[in-house]
Amino acid sequence: MDPLGWPEILIRIAQQLLPVWIAMVLTFALSIRFRRRLGLYGKLFDSGVGMVGFAIVIFWLFTALFAGWIVTHDALSQVSQMRNALPGAALPNPDGRYPYYLFGGDALARDVFSRMVMGAREVLRIAPFAAMISFMIGILLGLPAGYIGGRLDTGLTFLANLVLAFPVILLFFLLVAPEIQETPLPLVMAGFLFLAPILFVTILLNSRFFTQPAKRNLYVGVVLAIGAWAYLGLVFGADPTGIWAMSPNLLNVFVAVVFVNAPTVFRIVRGITLDIKTRDYVAAAQTRGEGPWYIMLWEILPNARGPLIVDFCLRIGYTTILLGTLGFFGLGVSPESPDWGSTINAGRRLLTVYPHPALVPALSLMSLVLGLNLLADGLREESLKD
Amino acid sequence: MLLFLSRRIGMMLVTALCLTFIVFALTNLPAKLETLAKTQAGSRMTEAEVASWIERNGYGSPMVQRYGEWLGVLPGWVRTEADGTVRGRCVDRAGTPEAAGDRCGILQGDWGFSTRFRETVLNVLSARLGATGWLMMWVLIVMVPMSLIVGVLAGMREGSRTDRTLSTLSIATTATPEYVSGVLFIALLASSTVGLSPLFVSWGWATGPVLFQGNARSALDSLTFSNFTLPVLTVALYGMGYIARITRASMTEVMTQQYIRTARLKGVAFGTIVMRHALRNALIAPFTVIMLQIPWLLNGVVITEVLFSYPGFGWTLYEAAINNDIELLLASSVVAVVVVLITQLISDLGYVWLNPRIRLS
Repeated sequence: MDPLGWPEILIRIAQQLLPVWIAMVLTFALSIRFRRRLGLYGKLFDSGVGMVGFAIVIFWLFTALFAGWIVTHDALSQVSQMRNALPGAALPNPDGRYPYYLFGGDALARDVFSRMVMGAREVLRIAPFAAMISFMIGILLGLPAGYIGGRLDTGLTFLANLVLAFPVILLFFLLVAPEIQETPLPLVMAGFLFLAPILFVTILLNSRFFTQPAKRNLYVGVVLAIGAWAYLGLVFGADPTGIWAMSPNLLNVFVAVVFVNAPTVFRIVRGITLDIKTRDYVAAAQTRGEGPWYIMLWEILPNARGPLIVDFCLRIGYTTILLGTLGFFGLGVSPESPDWGSTINAGRRLLTVYPHPALVPALSLMSLVLGLNLLADGLREESLKD
Repeated sequence: MLLFLSRRIGMMLVTALCLTFIVFALTNLPAKLETLAKTQAGSRMTEAEVASWIERNGYGSPMVQRYGEWLGVLPGWVRTEADGTVRGRCVDRAGTPEAAGDRCGILQGDWGFSTRFRETVLNVLSARLGATGWLMMWVLIVMVPMSLIVGVLAGMREGSRTDRTLSTLSIATTATPEYVSGVLFIALLASSTVGLSPLFVSWGWATGPVLFQGNARSALDSLTFSNFTLPVLTVALYGMGYIARITRASMTEVMTQQYIRTARLKGVAFGTIVMRHALRNALIAPFTVIMLQIPWLLNGVVITEVLFSYPGFGWTLYEAAINNDIELLLASSVVAVVVVLITQLISDLGYVWLNPRIRLS
């Protein structure tokens, strides 16, 4: 068979991405229809930049979700003779497989298109969760530091500055080394870091419902049960059902990324808290006799949500960049992993001759981060309009 | 002022001590020492041989003591072998048994020996830092004026088409990490088979096979436009967007001030307002950001130097890390941490100096 030309490649890729298009059209149609009832999210559809960003982000999100239907080949299987094949090259003998490598083959004769799609899944499996946990830690420490102040503030700020003074790349070389996995260090750190979400939700619910013990016990009990289950699985790999599991490699990467991000979130939350705690509604809550955690989590935090949501979007993008950096240096990922950073790293050796294996993941990563940044920009603009 | 300065410097020293201790602890993990023993004395050692090698070479004492020795506040270890020869941290370095009991650490200027480059760390680092100095200099020369111009142009008329275009452009550069822009640049400009180079050659516009070189190693001997442009652009691009955005924000804020309105009502030309009245006040915030950006540039420098195989400081850090070169990695970390802390100090001081409204009391 003849290799495909570029128009035909693009048509075929659009065909493969059909589930993504359907999901995107549905999301947009529903969101625009009901945008007046959707709060900040709905207002996003008034800003052009925000919509473009949102479209790019959900494109990758749905690509990652439907990756199983989209891929044309297995991301790890090699087809001999397809080494460094150009985009649109035909397989010599398809035997029921997809007859083309739409974006060509890489140096190990694997399909670049399928690896790009599976790479989206790798990235989006870690980045949002790492950002979320960083946020919970940052909020959990930043609120009291700003609200209570004093020694606590001095100590926590010193620690945060200590981590921030570390060049990120050095921290990665030190924390994501294979030798470090033999020490208990990643486990201990993971033990602390993963405690944060459980603590966060527990304190959140407890401070809200402590006047209604029956309700409180139910909610907190459920959270603690699920939390303990996830915690055992993620940190110690002791989940009998195997739903919550993380390989030591992945845990190491996760811990390093959270560790780098949390101090910045801490600083942001602390700054906002210092500003908001002087407001009248905080004084009103204090006069009512509310506890400190109630004021922090139910009076201050909801009023700080605007900048935090914007920063959350930016932070997912930044985490994606960090994960790419780790992959680029081959840290903490298996050599076969289709994540974008390692694919760029693998492709750069033959970059001047066969650029497509490196260009495809590079452009994917760039577009995802760009989408997140544009989304953040749109959100910032819309939230400032109030 | 003096009190502020001394307190700031005291804080910096404490931070530096904490950070170097963390780095020391992480580079001297038992597993790393085992790897070191195997690379230094043969890979087929048994567990017992490894343990005795570690003991014999002074890695057996407690972590804090070894940190003190490395820092040079505690005397180096000394031991007498079975055959009567005296060995020790300082004895091995000075080459004479008289050195036993001396202090020899980084405070004394003894930075150790690099196992990767087979040279003293001080020699390796001074040569590499020089190479990175050139890179950083050109990056700053390209990045700072460009980002300030972009930021001022975007910020002087908020909401205009220029503003929208330039803002979106700066968002795009912050979304392009060095390993992406570097790959794009190489594929586009430094390949003889794809991108722009073959096109330009076939039109007769370019003489060589490629427009720019994708490998910057030759820049060590002679810095040319063709071998240094791509690395400089790669590092500069990522930082540019951020500084431009800060400048823009600062500029838009200044442009809404009363005194700018007064100047406009007086009938001062718009260009004069921007140049004379707005610029000085608008550049305070970007200055701090530019200084704080330097530690971030370090990240970019490591990635770019590895990508373009330019043997500078970042490349050395990478080589030291992947080759388990403990002393070199430690020394590089110290340099990196000191750079970060000093830029933070300068940024603080500069902020105070540029902005007379801040009082240090």
